[in-house]
Amino acid sequence: MSQWLPIAEIADKVTKKQISATSLIERSLATITQKKDYRAIISTLEDRATTRAKMIDEGKLGGRLAGVPFIAKDNFLVYGSDTTAASNILKGFKAPYQASVINKLESEGAICVAKSNLDAFAHGASTENSDFFTTTNPHDQSRVPGGSSGGSAAAVVLDMAPFALGTDTGGSTRQPASFVGCVGYKPTYGLMSRSGIIAMASSTDTVGTLAKTVNDASLVIDVMAGIDSLDSTTIDRQPKGYDINNISEDNLRGKKIGLIREYMGEGLDGEVRDVVNDACLRLKSVGCEVSEVSIPSLPLALAVYYIICPAEVSSNLSRYDGQRFGFSYKEANNLDEVYELSRGYGFGKEAKRRIMIGTYVLSSGYYNAYYKKAQTVRTKLINEFNEVFKNCDFLIGPVAPTSAFKIGENIKDPLHMYLSDVMTVAVNLVGIPAVSIPAGEKNGLPIGVQLMANAKKDRELLLASKNLEGILR
Amino acid sequence: MNIDSKTRNKYKVTIGIECHVQLKTKSKLFSGADNDARTAAPNTLVNHIDFGLPGALPVLNKEAVRLASVLAFALNSKPQSFSKFDRKHYFYPDLPMGYQITQYDQPIIIGGDVEIHDGNNIKRIKITRAHLEADAGKSMHPAGKNYSLVDLNRAGTPLVEIVSEPDMHSSSEAKAFVRELYLLVRYSGVSDANLYYGNMRFDVNVSVSRTEELGTRTETKNLNSFRSVEKAADYEINRQIELLEKGEKVVQQTRGWDEAKQKTIAQRGKEEAHDYRYMPDPDLPPVILDAEYVKSIESKMPKMPAFWRKQLADLGIGSMHIETLLEAQADYKDDGVEFLSLVCEDVNNKEYATSLANWFVNIEIPLRAQINESGTDLEQGLNRRDMYKQLYGLISENKLSSTNAKILLTKLLTEGKPCRSVLKFATENSLIQLSDQNEIDKIVDEVIINNPKPVSDIKKGEIKAVGYLVGQVMAHSSGQANPSLTRDLILEKLGIDK
Repeated sequence: MSQWLPIAEIADKVTKKQISATSLIERSLATITQKKDYRAIISTLEDRATTRAKMIDEGKLGGRLAGVPFIAKDNFLVYGSDTTAASNILKGFKAPYQASVINKLESEGAICVAKSNLDAFAHGASTENSDFFTTTNPHDQSRVPGGSSGGSAAAVVLDMAPFALGTDTGGSTRQPASFVGCVGYKPTYGLMSRSGIIAMASSTDTVGTLAKTVNDASLVIDVMAGIDSLDSTTIDRQPKGYDINNISEDNLRGKKIGLIREYMGEGLDGEVRDVVNDACLRLKSVGCEVSEVSIPSLPLALAVYYIICPAEVSSNLSRYDGQRFGFSYKEANNLDEVYELSRGYGFGKEAKRRIMIGTYVLSSGYYNAYYKKAQTVRTKLINEFNEVFKNCDFLIGPVAPTSAFKIGENIKDPLHMYLSDVMTVAVNLVGIPAVSIPAGEKNGLPIGVQLMANAKKDRELLLASKNLEGILR
Repeated sequence: MNIDSKTRNKYKVTIGIECHVQLKTKSKLFSGADNDARTAAPNTLVNHIDFGLPGALPVLNKEAVRLASVLAFALNSKPQSFSKFDRKHYFYPDLPMGYQITQYDQPIIIGGDVEIHDGNNIKRIKITRAHLEADAGKSMHPAGKNYSLVDLNRAGTPLVEIVSEPDMHSSSEAKAFVRELYLLVRYSGVSDANLYYGNMRFDVNVSVSRTEELGTRTETKNLNSFRSVEKAADYEINRQIELLEKGEKVVQQTRGWDEAKQKTIAQRGKEEAHDYRYMPDPDLPPVILDAEYVKSIESKMPKMPAFWRKQLADLGIGSMHIETLLEAQADYKDDGVEFLSLVCEDVNNKEYATSLANWFVNIEIPLRAQINESGTDLEQGLNRRDMYKQLYGLISENKLSSTNAKILLTKLLTEGKPCRSVLKFATENSLIQLSDQNEIDKIVDEVIINNPKPVSDIKKGEIKAVGYLVGQVMAHSSGQANPSLTRDLILEKLGIDK
């Protein structure tokens, strides 16, 4: 069992001075050191964390997350900290400002203790694309923790902190959550600010929350959600907010849940199928109406994603040019060489692959055939999801086709690696919220189930997840 | 190059112009950094967005959208209810994000036209489109050094790029067009339009053809004055005709203007053109303007040149004067100097309007141009409206000759102590006209007695000699005697019929 109390309780005890924030930070940092061979962490923020803990203990800071340590994926800018996105091109870059969501968490007393590993620039599903090292799965060190937020997911399961932040652009929070066995929440697009988070694909990037329970996640989400003047794509909060710690309403009974047919077909691991079917049976047993639904364009989602995402990636990575920050190739003889050598040595293989694909699909003469067509199919997908949600309150399906795979198993075959996202990317393209909840296991490896709701129904999704979590336990 | 007019007339010239206008906003197009880069030290007006730091997101400046909407009406168009931003990709050190944020296929302004006044040639030039975009920074390449310098103060400054149809057919039309754009952006208040600081920059596309089919064009970029637009267009017209006359071909290319040598210089060919890989900017939601917003912009439009041209013409002011007044008003608007509203103050008093227009065009405007050059300032304490009213009053009352009025006006404007009474100032400067017959009588008598020779000449019929006597009276009255009254008196006293 977790060595951490529920987050709301930790904050309560810190506020009442029953535990010191300093001791929590010490415990968190000690666990990080003790479990460092899982390589979940890129850097720690010992000084900053200790200073803030002291301020909380002295009563200068506090709030709903008073003294709660957390870990941020290393693509979140935290003031003064090294922020690398696990890429060599950002080695040595210290954040001169910080992410809006970090501001919000800190203003409620949360303390960032460390930055976690990821696939460089969040390109990947295993952390094997990290330019530094691969994180190992807490349940089997020969296996990956999933990705790209693999470091954050592993850190939560390894008890390094009560919660961690990830990003979810195509499944990067939900898939590792499924692989390591924790809750991984992907909000409605725009519910949380992207300001100060290193962009991957701007139109699908979201802030992911990784925690032990839905209750814990809901409190953190409640603190982070809402409009931010620094991100024009942010949306307003739901009136009742997202913290469901004190809510015990059963919002499952009588609800219609659609099991996505296209996700249950070929390529799905037998055990994963069993876990999802089992979850459906349990949902029926508590009075849900579970039926199969079809989203005909879903098989195209992966192709659409791997056009739109690299297009945006190629654009977003243009700023890493060796001119102003990060890695710059000093021996370059002229401007073109500065660009070519800085980017050539600074970016890893996967970043280069996506830049190449993205540049290609945006080239004049190819734009209509690829990018524009992909956007058309994306619109079709949105319409089809909307159609399905007319008759369903929630959708259910697997998170990934398999449980955690072996380190090295997929890395030589990028296409096979991309298939790991096949059940998660559509949600990002459509912008709806989705969550991965631990639902079973196979040979000691966790398997999650994915629950989805329509856009701006995050509160309802969190409540349903909490109930589902209860019946799966 | 010497192209005779006969050869030149064989060719049809076609010119289209793109104009970048810097919008007058407090902060940049997508960041809160200060937009006034005129005197700031390099790289001091830069925040995380302008610097292109990881994680930085652009946030659209609403004031820039408002100004672009105002400009739409100034261009005889209206802002689009839906427009969006796109990324235009290329690598250069003064472009921090590796892309420029601009509007590619759905700009904020589509269509419109501008009426140009090229001497007596008045015509409408159609506007294709105008879009919002962020400027890049400034690169400097110190001579003989192995490095370049980048100043990002200008990076992110809001620009509107106005694109005309190829509707101009001479360099003077091109000049009239850019001058008209200057008037439009100044009158609508969307830009300081300070050419010295590069607030307006022009790209001129020129082609020539002996047939109805358009010839191959060249684009001369980054011109920063009306004159250089005219000169560059002229140079290109001549250069292209010369090439074609020699049986050679015009190469489609981008050219620059060498101000010192007064010629255009090839910069970049068509084959070197970038693939900008335009894509919609996912960080910026589309700009949606509702009908109410657009209506409120329209209802608050200031008076534009077309309005004033009509008013002034109705008052009988000639077109040359009108254009001078319009331009001066644009130039001195920010100093609070009013020309047009004063001339048009009383639509029933054409005489007053004409006098004022003449004084402005002949005295005050040249004076201001001189003083601007010498760097001193005209006295601020003057209430010009009262001053001109009083000045006009003194002439109507015959207290001031028109010659003295000019002298007085120059003195008032340059010495410019705060002046309550123009009459008092004129008296102090001995410029008031003596119209009191008794006073002049005495002087005339004296002059007649003291100048027997001219007097007898006049009596013999040499009427011309009267001028000498008038001069003497003027001299004795320190120039204040009313000359026509004096002449009448002399003739009367000498018993000669007028």
